[in-house]
Amino acid sequence: MAIVILMALVALVGPLLVPNATQENLLVGVTPPGGGHLFGTDLLGRDILAMSIAGTRPALIGPLIIAIGALLIGNSVGLLAGYLGGLWDSILMRFVDLMYALPSVLVAMVLIGLLGGGYAISVAFLTAFFWPQDARIVRAATLEQRSRPYVEAARVLGIPRWRIMLRHVWPNLLPLVVANSFLNFAFALVSLSALSFLGLGVPPGDPDWGRMLSENRTEIFANAAASIVPALLIIILASSMNLIGDWLLERISLRGRAQ
Amino acid sequence: MGTALLTDPPAPGVNAQSNWERWRPKVLFLVRRLAALIALLFLLSVAVFALLYASPGSAADALLGGRPRTAAMLAAVNREFHLNDPLPLQYARWLTGALHFNFGISIRTGGPVLDLFKAQAPTTLFLVGYAVILAMISGVGLGFLAAYYRGTILDRLVVVFSVVGASSPAFATALLLIVVFGVAIPLFPVYGSGTGFLGDLYYLTLPAIALASTTMALVAKLTRAALIAAFDQDYVSFARARGIGTGRVILMYGFRNAIGPILTSVNLVVANLIFGVILVEVVFALPGLGSLFISSVTYHDLPVIQAFALLTGATIMVVNLIVDMLYVLFDPRVEFGRSAS
Repeated sequence: MAIVILMALVALVGPLLVPNATQENLLVGVTPPGGGHLFGTDLLGRDILAMSIAGTRPALIGPLIIAIGALLIGNSVGLLAGYLGGLWDSILMRFVDLMYALPSVLVAMVLIGLLGGGYAISVAFLTAFFWPQDARIVRAATLEQRSRPYVEAARVLGIPRWRIMLRHVWPNLLPLVVANSFLNFAFALVSLSALSFLGLGVPPGDPDWGRMLSENRTEIFANAAASIVPALLIIILASSMNLIGDWLLERISLRGRAQ
Repeated sequence: MGTALLTDPPAPGVNAQSNWERWRPKVLFLVRRLAALIALLFLLSVAVFALLYASPGSAADALLGGRPRTAAMLAAVNREFHLNDPLPLQYARWLTGALHFNFGISIRTGGPVLDLFKAQAPTTLFLVGYAVILAMISGVGLGFLAAYYRGTILDRLVVVFSVVGASSPAFATALLLIVVFGVAIPLFPVYGSGTGFLGDLYYLTLPAIALASTTMALVAKLTRAALIAAFDQDYVSFARARGIGTGRVILMYGFRNAIGPILTSVNLVVANLIFGVILVEVVFALPGLGSLFISSVTYHDLPVIQAFALLTGATIMVVNLIVDMLYVLFDPRVEFGRSAS
């Protein structure tokens, strides 16, 4: 938790701290840690610490958009399918099944490779492949809630269906949805950085942890820190998000048992 | 399961039914799943074929790749790939080829796509097999230890390890492994492949560990959760109370009931492995299918990409089918209504 807050702060104020993160200094070249650069420099003489700080922002924003986008689309579809049932449910869920069967990151790689890539496009593609899972979870939870007495009571009172869905059912699903979004965030971070690592994400020159890894891996003998730092940052951030998500899920299931 | 004891979980077919009556729902279920598989494969092939027209520019542009775009070349490409025929005919011709593993000519090398696959596949298959063995042994082992010693430091360590492992992309793990075991303590080679079986084994150890780490973490986590859930059941307490040995309880009651959740995750594991193998091969500069895929994507080598998409998709679908069939075999409680996933 503390790590996540710290990284969010770094993402906010980072660009102010290191305005010239991508400044190249070809005369310096690749150097090991020390000598004015805490983690050394890369092949183009860029400071690894500054690059890592500058890379925090894309590392947080992309997965955040993916997680929130998947949450919005997945929840709408899941709620509708679960609450309305019948034909709607069949149509929506067959589509979700189809999307779910696709290896998302691979498809994203093929499409980005063919259609041209970039950070925004990677984020859009990953959102498109992340929401079906959310829809599935929300649908299952909605089905479970729908048979509860309070829903029936609301229906007897003549409250419109959309209002029951949004104001009565959805708040009960919220903890589950939030927990799942943390897990989504972690997986989105890993996928995005992998795309960047393969050269399909952010364009060359932009600070990004995945990209730093791929650029600096040839220089591990000259400056190992240039590869270790971004690798550890990805692992730490993804682990923290996974831990928060797991912890929330565990609390939900414990509460369910106590009832 | 030896003698049927009172507290055993319900075994299949204890009630006296004829064989056919008992197996009919299962057979019907499999027939339905096979039909769905064929339908999905058809959809997949159409989508993969459509990639040719989805890429920017005309299909001829896509097939020309980086070669000069002269009128003569265009005509040649149009003729060679029959681009002037109606679409369904083109599709039929392409699919007939693909079903015979003839995926056309690579734009990048000018040779048949199949030859590229044949040359690169052994490395990848070896690597994946190695990683799966590592991941299964250590994953199930760790999960079992954690469940058995639940609540102890050992358990905590396994849990933390599985979260971190599942959060680490294969390329990050691979780089850290290279730094530690290739540079700091030079035990293993950091790129390329060896000669002979032992050479391969030696060269592919680090890549296999990197590839296995995510899967191992996942398997450990699931095994632990499934075993703990199984150990909490009354019939386990009863079995212990009846004096059945610990080993037998774990095998017969723990693992047997844990198979369901573990099978469910095979899906995820396969997707993970395919994605991971690409990253790991790139990091270790291994001449495998993953590197081939990436160079084809960056080069826009469409026939190779199509072959990859078709083969990967088909592999995943077939794996899903096998998982569903195993469900039926292992778990008598599975309902045969809709998909069992």
